[in-house]
Amino acid sequence: MATRDSDWDGVHLHVVTGKGGTGKTTVAGALALALAADGRRVLLMEVEGRQGIAQLFDVPPLPYSERRIAVGPGTEAHQGGDVFALVADPESALLEYLEMFYNLRHAGTALAKLGVMDFATTIAPGLRDVLLTGKAAEAVRRKDGRRRHYDAVVMDAPPTGRIGRFLNVTSEVSDLARVGPIRGHADTVQKVIRSPETVVHFVTVLEEMPVQETLDGIAELRSLGGIRAGGIIVNMTRPLALPRGKLQAAAEGDLDQAQLAFGLKAAGLDDGPGLAAALATELSEQAKTALAQDLQLQRLLATGQPCYEVPWIGDGIDLAALYRLAWALREQKAA
Amino acid sequence: MTGRPHPPELDVDRLIGDRRTRIIVCCGSGGVGKTTIAAAIGLRAAERGRHVVVLTVDPARRLAQSMGLTSLDNTPRLVAGVGAGAGDRKAGNEADSAGSLHAMMLDMKRTFDEIVEQHADPDRAAQILANPFYQSLSSSFAGTQEYMAMEKLGQLRRADEWDLIVVDTPPSRSALDFLDAPQRLARFLDGKLLRLLTAPAKIGGRAYLRVLNAGFGMVTGVLTKILGTQVLRDVQTFVSALDTMFGGFRERADYTYQLLRAPGTSFLVVAAPEDDALREASYFVERLDQERMPLAGLILNRVQKVPAAHLSAARSLAAAEVLQGAVAGPQGDQGATARTTAHPGEPEAEARLLTMAALRLHAERMEQAAAQRRTAGHFTAAHPLVPVVEVPAQAEDVHDLDGLRRIGQAFENGR
Repeated sequence: MATRDSDWDGVHLHVVTGKGGTGKTTVAGALALALAADGRRVLLMEVEGRQGIAQLFDVPPLPYSERRIAVGPGTEAHQGGDVFALVADPESALLEYLEMFYNLRHAGTALAKLGVMDFATTIAPGLRDVLLTGKAAEAVRRKDGRRRHYDAVVMDAPPTGRIGRFLNVTSEVSDLARVGPIRGHADTVQKVIRSPETVVHFVTVLEEMPVQETLDGIAELRSLGGIRAGGIIVNMTRPLALPRGKLQAAAEGDLDQAQLAFGLKAAGLDDGPGLAAALATELSEQAKTALAQDLQLQRLLATGQPCYEVPWIGDGIDLAALYRLAWALREQKAA
Repeated sequence: MTGRPHPPELDVDRLIGDRRTRIIVCCGSGGVGKTTIAAAIGLRAAERGRHVVVLTVDPARRLAQSMGLTSLDNTPRLVAGVGAGAGDRKAGNEADSAGSLHAMMLDMKRTFDEIVEQHADPDRAAQILANPFYQSLSSSFAGTQEYMAMEKLGQLRRADEWDLIVVDTPPSRSALDFLDAPQRLARFLDGKLLRLLTAPAKIGGRAYLRVLNAGFGMVTGVLTKILGTQVLRDVQTFVSALDTMFGGFRERADYTYQLLRAPGTSFLVVAAPEDDALREASYFVERLDQERMPLAGLILNRVQKVPAAHLSAARSLAAAEVLQGAVAGPQGDQGATARTTAHPGEPEAEARLLTMAALRLHAERMEQAAAQRRTAGHFTAAHPLVPVVEVPAQAEDVHDLDGLRRIGQAFENGR
């Protein structure tokens, strides 16, 4: 395997969070592809039961088992590695846990029919979370002989508002299970989550509320101690029409419409004065947005976490678009 | 043309102007601007003479400030600066045209605590509030927020102090959570299984009892393995404390559910013109139909409106290329074979550069608008009878009443 020079060498669990509507699942998918370049094997995991990965990669709904869904981009030196996907749900994870530790699969299946599993996973706050993070931790630690089974695990995690609670399972569970077996399981999971091999990436767009949630989320992780914030991935960025130096004037509506009218005429678009005015409005609107976005970007940069930008894709996200995003992440050394 | 059906226009002004409308529920998946839309509707209704309370769950800080909400205190607060007749609504009875706007943020734990305090004697209430299981349940159970939002809605409706309640549903990823979660929590709290756990001896009949006891043993055995005995004890204490005082969670959930189906309630589904949001909106529309809950229509938020809409993307790009051929310099990057007839710095070249920038931006916006129309078209093809109103994308975040008013203008009749 090629040695890679990314910002996250040595990280094996990439937890991807973000506010709803920021493209968290899309970025998680692109990150998994990016990590799968150079022949690496990657597991992309989803925990909210929405079949977002299946929709993203345009494959039929995924079961609770690891399926190969895509191949990472190849490079000159290596073919692309395989990306597997797993839809983890707490009930299946609990059954698996019972089987692994107590050989109780049969009883578990019977109890599942009675609704006991649903009961158990809803009754104990933190239990769902420890089962889901536990599955990720297991995949990270899995070995084939001396080699890791997966070079990286990417988790499409719950949204930013819930991420601290989701990952801080030991304290959540210990409120309820002071000694029980789940407590022991939680401690093992925490060792993975709180090790340098795990980071939490935040997906955001440059709007006030998602940025605020990102800042809050990073602050929350820092306050928990030991859970590492990773990169901030700014999604849906667009190229600027005007040079930076002209944004302020344009935002204030200070655009030379005579210049525009002249330019339009030169281009053979002699649509009268209305067009120049309308185009000036468009430039001015984008300049306003860009300036507002700059302020948000400054707030993100002030956290000191590495920021990456991935472009807005106009025509909807398909597999080709995912590869584009994956390349953008690789070029910026996010993967 | 694609022959895409044109959906009927959603008339929000008529909805809020109709005094029979008492509850408007804004729902939709997270990140579509639901809270802002709910606030804009509330403000517009108030300025058209209604006495409105907006129940919001998780507003952006500045939006909350713009409505005068600085603390999360679970009580409706009068929003200052609304309409001409802004003031205390109780004093403002004389003028029907003077509406008012109150807004509140939901504190789910406090709402839960209040239910407990209302229904239990002080000792028992204190015992429940201190129970660790209660504390987790009231602050983090998936569904508690939805349940408490519905509980609060019921309380506001019973208080009958406002003639219109606008509810912003909790920010879940799936719009359906908000319909299902209260029932799920109620089912859980009232469930047979929980009763089985807490009071197996109550159930009569010997043969029946034997079977149940065997089942009970297995259930508690497995649960003990999973959770440990302490948790089970906490749960049992908690549930028996609740059990003696509640008229049943399910009944409360059912009451609110009925409220949602009552005449005077209308649902507005909010979506952005994106695949995910509209897919959720579609599920929600179908679900409301199944439940026979009254859907008023779809609010398509953040729609790209292009000022120079008559200039197509193709013509715009072609014109930009013509100009590109005439400019040398950093922005003429693809013009390797172009004749260089002008140089940056000269007024004419500057004009061309500016125009090229404008034309390329315009083409991008036209393409985005077209993509949005295609996406919205999928929704209207599946639900041709659902009325739709579009709210234009705003250049900047909304954080004051004027911003909310601008959004409200999209609801003007006969736009």
